[in-house]
Parts: sequence; C-alpha cells; structure tokens
Amino acid sequence: MTINQSGWKPAAPVQGPGDTGTITGNRALMLEEPLIFELDGADTTGVDLAPAPKVASRLGGLERSEAIGLPGLSEPETVRHYTRLSRQNYGIDLGLFPLGSCTMKHNPRLNEKMARLPGFADIHPLQPRETVAGALELINQLAFWLIDLTGMHGVAMSPKAGAHGELCGLLCIRAALEARGDAREVVLVPESAHGTNPATAAFCGYRVENIPATSAGRVDLEALKARLGPDVAAVMITNPNTCGLFEPEMKAISDAVHAAGGFVYCDGANFNAIVGKVRPGDLGVDAMHINLHKTFSTPHGGGGPGSGPVVLSEALSPFAPLPYTAKTADGVVHLVEEEQAEAFSQEHFGGAMQSFGRMTAFHGQMGMFTRALTYILSHGADGLKQVAEDAVLNANYVLRSLEDVLDAPFAHSGPCMHEALFSDKGFADGFSTLDLAKALIDEGFHPMTMYFPLVVHGAMLVEPTETESKAALDQFIAALRHVAERARAGDEALKSAPIYAPRRRLDETLAARKPVVAFRTPAPDANKVSGLNEAGGQ
Amino acid sequence: MSLYFTKEHEWIRVEGDTATVGISEHAQSALGDIVFAEAPEVGRTLNKGDEAAVVESVKAASDVYAPVSGEVVESNGAIADEPALINTDPEGEGWFFKLRLTDTSELDGLMDEASYREWSSKL
Repeated sequence: MTINQSGWKPAAPVQGPGDTGTITGNRALMLEEPLIFELDGADTTGVDLAPAPKVASRLGGLERSEAIGLPGLSEPETVRHYTRLSRQNYGIDLGLFPLGSCTMKHNPRLNEKMARLPGFADIHPLQPRETVAGALELINQLAFWLIDLTGMHGVAMSPKAGAHGELCGLLCIRAALEARGDAREVVLVPESAHGTNPATAAFCGYRVENIPATSAGRVDLEALKARLGPDVAAVMITNPNTCGLFEPEMKAISDAVHAAGGFVYCDGANFNAIVGKVRPGDLGVDAMHINLHKTFSTPHGGGGPGSGPVVLSEALSPFAPLPYTAKTADGVVHLVEEEQAEAFSQEHFGGAMQSFGRMTAFHGQMGMFTRALTYILSHGADGLKQVAEDAVLNANYVLRSLEDVLDAPFAHSGPCMHEALFSDKGFADGFSTLDLAKALIDEGFHPMTMYFPLVVHGAMLVEPTETESKAALDQFIAALRHVAERARAGDEALKSAPIYAPRRRLDETLAARKPVVAFRTPAPDANKVSGLNEAGGQ
Repeated sequence: MSLYFTKEHEWIRVEGDTATVGISEHAQSALGDIVFAEAPEVGRTLNKGDEAAVVESVKAASDVYAPVSGEVVESNGAIADEPALINTDPEGEGWFFKLRLTDTSELDGLMDEASYREWSSKL
C-alpha cells in the first residue's frame, strides 16, 4: 500500500452562475461529511465502561501495548455521521436501480416483519432441535418451493451466495464423477459467462475452456458438441444468458453433455426472467444456484447477506453437502447433521447419500430464508409467474424505447429477457460508456452495469426488474435518451459529469494503482487546519 | 529482427531464438487504464496458447496468451510496479516477458505488422 503522495482529491460539485459556495461547504440540506477519524474527540465516548478488572495476562507478551485507535464520538455524533453518509448513497428504496445481472428489486416490508419474528430471529443453530421445529419447517417449506419451481430433485440450502453456490454445484459434480471413478479435467464455459463461472471451475481444479457465441448472442451448439468428450466434466451455462437472451437450445445442449458423460451446471443468477415459466430441471440442468437475494427479493448490495441454495438433479442429490433438511415419508422434518447422516440415509433413502462434506458451519442464512419464503407465499405460483412476465416486459419496453438512440446488438434476434443490452456504437469519437454512466448520476439514477458482458463493446446492461411502474420507466428512458443523444452529439460537458453529485468524477485509475485503504493519523501541522482528504494513509 | 502479431492482440519481436512478447497498442487502448499486470516467472515452460500473463484494467481483467512455445528467460518486473507503462509504451517499455523459442515454425501462422494494423483497425 502506498501513501497518496500526489495529493489528488475528488473535487466538490461545480459552482454555477450566482453560486458563491457556502462557508460550511454544505449545500443546503446536503451536508459535507468528514471521515469518522477526523471527527475524533480524544475524550469523547458514547458509552461508559467500567474499568477492566485486573487479571494476570496469559498472552505471553503479545498483548496490545498501544491504544487501539478507535475514534471517540458521542452517540448523537455517531448517529449523525452515518445518517449524513447514508444521504449521499443511492439504494433501491430511493429509486430505479438498473444494475444488469443484479436484479435490484424492491425488498417488501412484509419480509422484514416476518424475519423479525422472535421464533425465527432469536434462535441459535446450537440450541436443542426440538425448540426450533418451526424454523426447520420453514427451511423445509422453502426447500420444497425451490425444488418445485425448478423441477429438480433436491436442494442444498446452506451456500451463502451465488459464487458459493457454484462451488457447491461443482463439488457435487466432482463428487459424482469421483464416485464412478471418472477423472475428468475440463469445464466448458461460454464466452458470455459470469466471471465467477470460470473462476469457480478453476478453483475446483478444472481446466477452463471457452465455448464461442453465435452472432445471435447464443451458445454455439455445434462448437460445443464438437468439443465434448470423455475429458469434459461439466458445462456451465447461464440461462437466460448475460446478453439478456434465452438459450433456446438448452435441452439440446444438456442432452449432448449428458450423452458425453458430463454434467450441466446452470448459473441461476437470471432466474427472475423465467421463474414460474420454465423449470430448469425440464431443460436437463443438473445443478443450479438460486440467488434468494435476486429473484426472491431479499436485500443485497450492502443491504444484507446473500443466500444461494443449490437445486440438484437426481444424479447429484446424493452428494449434497451437510447439514441438509429433509422431510421423510411420515411428514416429519429432519435436520440431518454429520453424525446422523449415514444412519439417516440408510433408513430413509436406501443408503444413497454420499455427501461431499460441509460448506458452512450451520444451516445457511436463516434471515434470508424467512424473507424469501415470505415473498414466495405472498406471491403464490401465479404471482411468481407474473413477476417473470413483468420483468421481461419492462426490459423489452426499455429496449424498444431506446434502440433508435442506443445500439442494441442483439435486438434483431427478437425480444430480450429481463435485461436490455446496449453498446457504445454510435457515440461521438472519444465518448465512452463511462461518460454516459456518469451523466446518468447527474440525472438522479444509479448507472446500469457497464463493460459487461465482455462480448459487447462498451456494454450497458439495463435490468429494470418488475418493480418499476410505467411512469418510473418513462422517466428513466427519458433520462437515458437525453444522455445518449449528448454522447452521440459529442457534448463535451458530458466528460465532466457528474456535475451535481457530492463528488465529481473520481480517479478510478489512481485509486486502483495507488490504493489508500487505511487511515493513519496525520502528523500535526501547526500551520494547517485539519480537513477532509488531507490525511495521509498507508 | 522481425515483428509478429496475434489475433489475441499480442506482439512478438524475434531476435535470434529469443522472442519478446507484449500487448499491442490497440489492446491497451481497448482495455483502458491498466492497474495491474503480472508476467510469468523465469524458467516457466509455455506451450503455444497457454495463459502466460494477466493484465487488469479499470474495465476488465484479461489473460495474455503465449503466442508461441518456449521457456521464459526474462520477465518484465517494471510492469508490475508501474502498470501505466503498458498504456504509455505498450510495444516498447511495456513488454511482458521474453521466451527462448522451441519451434520457430510456429511463427509462420502469425500476422505481420501491416496486416495486423489493417485487421485491428476494422474491429
């Protein structure tokens, strides 16, 4: 890590005519906020702790010898600090959040109410099983829904998010291959895959090979078939894919992979487009993670932990990680831990379970399970189907409303799914997707996903989700149309965007090349009043 | 000395049986500001098409492939310390690694400078 010796700091918003600035640096109710360390009052504290009791140290000389360096603030100072910072942030509760591939949908308040019920919120994974029967039943009900909606055979509930789910799925595949004594080495991944797919495969020890895409933005089935063979362990496919397109040849892909002895992993990040409409199990998928924090409305992106249960085909279910929750023929919900796994599977599943091990200490994200089941039950099967239909309708409305000002590379191949993909083709020379995204901040929107997928130049991936009304979409479309027209016309002012944000354009290159990630108290300087951004760091 | 290019936007400068490898001007311009680069260790044996090095910009992370087979005889430590070199001088100071060629006939399938510039200008 390096000290920021250049002294560069992001500029404050531009001053327009008649704007003389303010003495405080605040702009009306938008308040400037220093770092919490810069608010530090040496003698201030929000809590009154009793002195620590005298005990003999058993740390053998490793005990801390200096002050820990936490900032001293009173409670109102602390509350105001974080509240002021939160006002400079943007979230789904403020407005449309079109981050493609992230499914930033509304987090219903009913979910929160249910998750706070003491029977779900105030329990511990180590408390006696008979005292948490309700929680286990909830996990089981959610598991039932996930299996039913995907047409799969079993589900591992414990993975913590999407990439963790991918790891779980590939470990199941690896365990299944090893169980039949088949040492395959290669995982095939399409060019347009989420970056986590090849990373997961490599992490599991597989060699990753790319499958090319067709000009219509789909997996090239013939190229895939040509590559399949006895060395291919699995194919990882995202459907709908990251170009926002459905892979219509999915069944043919699965059949070909299965015929060659491999497994099909489906990245379920885009399940929101097909929930209630298509069951991945019918398409021949062997494993798919479900992002509860995307499709099933649990908060994410700083608002809460993810949760990525993995649904499994009949061939892979016996290898699911422990612990698992299963309902037996007598209707009783069983939480199966390591010590009972063998006896349980022999008694109820004819000894078929051959779990590959354990992925997490306990059962998964209970709070997210509660929220996701609340969402599912409040929508019902018909409501979930409408979720997918509305999400796809909204994305197509965005696509068709803007394709005259923004190049839509795959628009010719028919409707998109839940996200609309644009490229920077047609922008004036020297104008980039980044300029457009920054200008969108000035218009009051969080930018869309940029420069992903990599197969499209200057990609912009817009996912409005079903949350947005037509009025909200129209406002967003008008804003995006306006900035797109400016980029096409070569409006130089676009390059200085954002103009109205709390900070102007940040120097992302410098931040990446010379990151300053920890605060160090600057040396006292008698001639200088301490202020924002003047502190060095290391 | 002769200069070759690949469709993956690597350049190869061959002097005797030694080839210096880097990424092209077109590649650095498409990647944008480069913030991280990692060249292979000296002594590593690379087959044509192997992932040899990594380059990461504010936009994307990419692999640099070995355009020809050989043993790494020198690795440019300067690009790890100062990745901006790849932006400012991609086909000079911003080189990645040097290979001792094992099969000079692999050079035959590569593009010369004129055809690469012509081809990449149309991308």
